[in-house]
Amino acid sequence: MTNPNGRFGIHGGQYIPETLMNAVIELEEAYNKYKNDPQFQAELTELFNEYAGRPSRLYFAQKMTEDLGGAKIYLKREDLNHTGAHKVNNVLGQALLAKKMGKTRLIAETGAGQHGVATATAAALFGMECVVFMGEEDTKRQALNVYRMRLLGAEVIPVKSGTATLKDAVSECMREWTTRISDTHYCLGSVMGPHPFPTIVRDFQAVISKEIKEQILAKEGRLPDAVIACVGGGSNAIGSFYNFIEDKDVRLIGCEAAGRGIDTFETAATVNTGRVGIFHGMKSYFCQDEYGQIAPVYSISAGLDYPGVGPEHAYLHDIGRAEYVPVTDEEAVQAFEYLAKTEGIIPAIESAHAVAYARKLAPTLDKDKIVVITISGRGDKDCAAIARYRGEDIHE
Amino acid sequence: MSKIAEAFKNGKAFIPFITCGDPDLETTAAVVRAAVANGASLIELGIPFSDPTAEGPVIQGANLRALNGGVTTDKVFDLVRELRTDVTVPMVFMTYANVVFSYGAEKFISTCAEIGIDGLILPDLPFEEKDEFLPICHQYDVDLISLIAPTSENRIAMIAKEAEGFIYLVSSLGVTGVRSEIKTDLESIVKVIRENTTTPCAIGFGISTPEQAAKMAAISDGAIVGSAIIKFLEKHGKDAPSYVGEYVKSMADAIQI
Repeated sequence: MTNPNGRFGIHGGQYIPETLMNAVIELEEAYNKYKNDPQFQAELTELFNEYAGRPSRLYFAQKMTEDLGGAKIYLKREDLNHTGAHKVNNVLGQALLAKKMGKTRLIAETGAGQHGVATATAAALFGMECVVFMGEEDTKRQALNVYRMRLLGAEVIPVKSGTATLKDAVSECMREWTTRISDTHYCLGSVMGPHPFPTIVRDFQAVISKEIKEQILAKEGRLPDAVIACVGGGSNAIGSFYNFIEDKDVRLIGCEAAGRGIDTFETAATVNTGRVGIFHGMKSYFCQDEYGQIAPVYSISAGLDYPGVGPEHAYLHDIGRAEYVPVTDEEAVQAFEYLAKTEGIIPAIESAHAVAYARKLAPTLDKDKIVVITISGRGDKDCAAIARYRGEDIHE
Repeated sequence: MSKIAEAFKNGKAFIPFITCGDPDLETTAAVVRAAVANGASLIELGIPFSDPTAEGPVIQGANLRALNGGVTTDKVFDLVRELRTDVTVPMVFMTYANVVFSYGAEKFISTCAEIGIDGLILPDLPFEEKDEFLPICHQYDVDLISLIAPTSENRIAMIAKEAEGFIYLVSSLGVTGVRSEIKTDLESIVKVIRENTTTPCAIGFGISTPEQAAKMAAISDGAIVGSAIIKFLEKHGKDAPSYVGEYVKSMADAIQI
């Protein structure tokens, strides 16, 4: 879907300081060289299968299906990957690419900490130095992941600027990259930022929809009627959608974090409440005020707490190929609890946004319909925060 | 000829950067006038942005103070209108692409022309993306300033050939902020720039002392100073104009030697 200069319709592009231009050009050239290189692909597949535990399961959620009384529900279990989320797919790809490029140091931003943990993991595996930038607010919400990153040998730098959340971690990572480029690869965690990142990250995450397609054809002999995934920057969603984009009968549904509701200021539902802007290297939808100042967004989920969305999602929205629906904190927390009790699976609070929408959609569909929900990560990291949300104070 | 060229025709140019509205617009106006009275050849006015990704902590702080004080793009336009009643040196805006895009590029750039803004510096708009605003800038005769960085290498000639107004040569890797030492081989970069254009070239990022400014101006056409000036505002607030005036004099004198 990417055109040569990294555009998805009007979205995308490379809105970055001149200092970084040769770095992204070098990255694009390296990626173009390796993406069709059989040896690179073989190494990546080996890492995916033997290290990350792919392919991830496509699990028929029978109890949930019966309980909701509508469409058959399958769960794409990215939570079962090594490090506990889909983030590892992209990170292994980028770390391998960085190694081929001769880079010895990875830097990354993280929101919930899943991408930071995945990057720290890959850095440990490849013997690379690793520095993770994380909003100070998020280091408190996700203290366990901070410990995991340090255990894996990464340095975690709490970012105090701005709202001290994911957007500020991205900004700080970009600043750090301009300071030290020659030995450093910026391992961006989502399908966002300047070209070629949205394309590279999407390609590495597209393994999700490639597997869903094979698995559902094997199990059901046909394609699903809908694929549902949560959207922050949108990497697990684009990964889940990508190989279905040409299959026009498959509904693609991205669930945005509405926070306390899209009629409040405490929301992070970018497509639903934002407008087109230019930020963090890309043209896309952003939550912003009338003068283009980026809005301090909010969601209970640190991983979806971002004021923008990847440019390919913006494009899929513009052409009407994918739907983007808002899901509130309360709905997500209920879905978090629901999946735990119904299927014995504790999803990440991010993924719980997708589960929440499926709970609304499935009962409206006939029993012969099939819905796939991507469970992008596991929810262990969220237990303390959800307990707090429910008024219970537990020590991690 | 670009009005910006006037800033470079009488020797080296000293270019101070000031974030509009830090701590308030009255102080900004007084600081601009103090800088002009003490030898500034061109004024770079920052329109604050919530997430200034090319700035170090000092200018980030200025952006935050200004936004917390309620500054908006429209209020900055009013400030420039008021300044233009007596300030005649060239003035350019430094801001981020979204501030221009969100306001409506044509509305923003036509207003620049109307109120007497001569150029636009957008650190997140590289050569490859300049068509976002360049046709409109040409329509209204506002120069879109190009930046060249220590990492530009094979891109220098391409950028220099199409540069207008002046070239902003970034002295060092990283973000804005005071540096004790500038290590980049700037002479070699300036040589390539000179081979490709007659557009003047000023060096910015990391310059704070008269000695640094003199050294940078000696190898180029001028020196740009931001964080060192913002530090006076950070420290003295509304009382900053006299300190800035004194500082600008020391810098402007140093680069003419």
